[in-house]
Amino acid sequence: MLFLLRFDSKTVREPIISRAAIETGALINILRADVGARKGELIVEVPDERAEGVLEVFRRMGVEVQEITKSIARNENCVHCGACISICPTEVFHFNGEKRIELRAERCIHCGACIKACPTMALYFPL
Amino acid sequence: MKTIEEINEKIRRGDVCVVTAEEVKEMISELGPEGVVKEVDVVTTGTFGAMCSTGAVFNFGHADPPIKFKKVWLNGVEAYAGLAAVDAFLGATKPSETREFYGGSHVIEELVSGKEVELKALGYGTDCYPRKEIETSVSLEDINQAEMINPRNAYQRYRAATNSSDRLLRTYMGTLLPNYGNVTFAGTGEISPLNNDPEYRTIGIGTRIFLCGAKGYVIGEGTQHSPPFGTLMVKGNLKEMKPEFLKACYFPGYAPSIYVGIGIPIPVLDGEIAKALAVRDSEIKTTIIDFGVARRVRPVVREVSYAELKSGKVEINGEDVRVSPLSSFYVAEKIMRELKRMIERGEFLLTAPVERLKREEVFRPMKQKEIKVVKDVMVKAVTIGEDASVEDAARLLIEKNVNHLPVVDGEGVLRGIVTSWDIAKAVFRKSNRVRDIMTREVVTVYPEDPIAIAVSKLEKHDISALPVIDGKRKVLGIVTSEALSKLLGR
Repeated sequence: MLFLLRFDSKTVREPIISRAAIETGALINILRADVGARKGELIVEVPDERAEGVLEVFRRMGVEVQEITKSIARNENCVHCGACISICPTEVFHFNGEKRIELRAERCIHCGACIKACPTMALYFPL
Repeated sequence: MKTIEEINEKIRRGDVCVVTAEEVKEMISELGPEGVVKEVDVVTTGTFGAMCSTGAVFNFGHADPPIKFKKVWLNGVEAYAGLAAVDAFLGATKPSETREFYGGSHVIEELVSGKEVELKALGYGTDCYPRKEIETSVSLEDINQAEMINPRNAYQRYRAATNSSDRLLRTYMGTLLPNYGNVTFAGTGEISPLNNDPEYRTIGIGTRIFLCGAKGYVIGEGTQHSPPFGTLMVKGNLKEMKPEFLKACYFPGYAPSIYVGIGIPIPVLDGEIAKALAVRDSEIKTTIIDFGVARRVRPVVREVSYAELKSGKVEINGEDVRVSPLSSFYVAEKIMRELKRMIERGEFLLTAPVERLKREEVFRPMKQKEIKVVKDVMVKAVTIGEDASVEDAARLLIEKNVNHLPVVDGEGVLRGIVTSWDIAKAVFRKSNRVRDIMTREVVTVYPEDPIAIAVSKLEKHDISALPVIDGKRKVLGIVTSEALSKLLGR
């Protein structure tokens, strides 16, 4: 499962990811990190079966947690060129047998790199 | 040996044999060229890619009282009005003055989709055209002519792009990731029109084509036509076009552009024409060039075939690099099939070219005043090894009377840089080794970079010298701000 974590000026100074990992034994994968002096945002991947325990630690430590369920999506502007293919770090995009672009959205790590690279502005994060 | 008239007769009778460029490759390997001449009358080729040199000429009809356009905008995008009173040419890459991510291409797309656009114009106010301004809204139905006229479309092949620099680049070849992070390419290779008629025997001035769903015509060689990088100048009626074969796009950091759909029928008149139709992606070669070097002649990273590009991965410096096409094979195939259907239904007759396109390669650069490059101002660099002592570095700076020492490894490859300031820091911190005090992130230039690039890097990073390196980061020299100010006289 993917979670967006928001840290405030207090929690940003605490070793919360390590604590959650040690307490629950879960392997937590940090997909994106934007940490400043007074706040921070992380996107982490947590194994499904350990998610509950990990979330409990995050919440106890005062981190704002939001589950990410909707990943990259596309609208009818797509012309199936493939400009996105080489931009995506996790290979979300590929051609199917009909030479149309198909999305493996479950691989998306929300980096957003493809959005600006798409010439027809067909890619977006659903709200 | 067949003639175009014979083929047109078959089209009218409804018993013409048409196949797509994709299908014909297989047939030629089975039946041979002569067999294909016997079986097949027409082969449809196609491409669908971003083609910047695209636009449309409009005649809006006269207002009352009449106006001669001094300036004219469609949805806030300026069109060129230096023509007759109410004629204007709208270019696809012209950005809107008011809206982000919007330009001439989007106006063209909206018109083709049947929408109205805002027309705003200023006039000169002459005796014959007294009106000084007008605002109205128009759709394709309301205007006299709306003719797409594209100075350069359907590139036969195009140079693929990559980026050696350490910065992400936003280009007309799409987003190029740093450090050879990806490759992009344009063109549809073996199904692209000109690759299937490389001698330009049937594609020439007057050839009827499929242009964004309408019947269009080749009106000449395209600008920058330089075989085997051939191009076409084409025209077609915007009013007959279909939105599915044309798509506005936007390349951030560059400009708006437009995906144009072109299909060209090739009549299979004889064995030579059939043989040319056998061309495969593996035989269509281009080069990958480095957009990390901001010059007209960008360094060639390697030669590559369209087969390699379409495979999705190419090797650069021993590593697999992922490849993105910028043209759509899906829509290109749709165009080939649509053109095939139009011919089979008797809606599209072939034409013989009235004149052939140039077959020799000519491509001139812009005539320019002489430009100076880094190579002209750089001097030999005094370098030092990483394992040298700080004392050695201090001695070198004084003996050679320089302020900068590029630090190199045994191969002469740049590892860092040491300045007199770093020596001062070393004394203060009591460090002994050059490797401990050198700056590792070094701002560099290439010998072929114009000095304007060197100057902007010095200013941007507020530094006083730049090591000059080659593609393998070997130090070739150094360019200092003193040398540059002397040259520029400031």
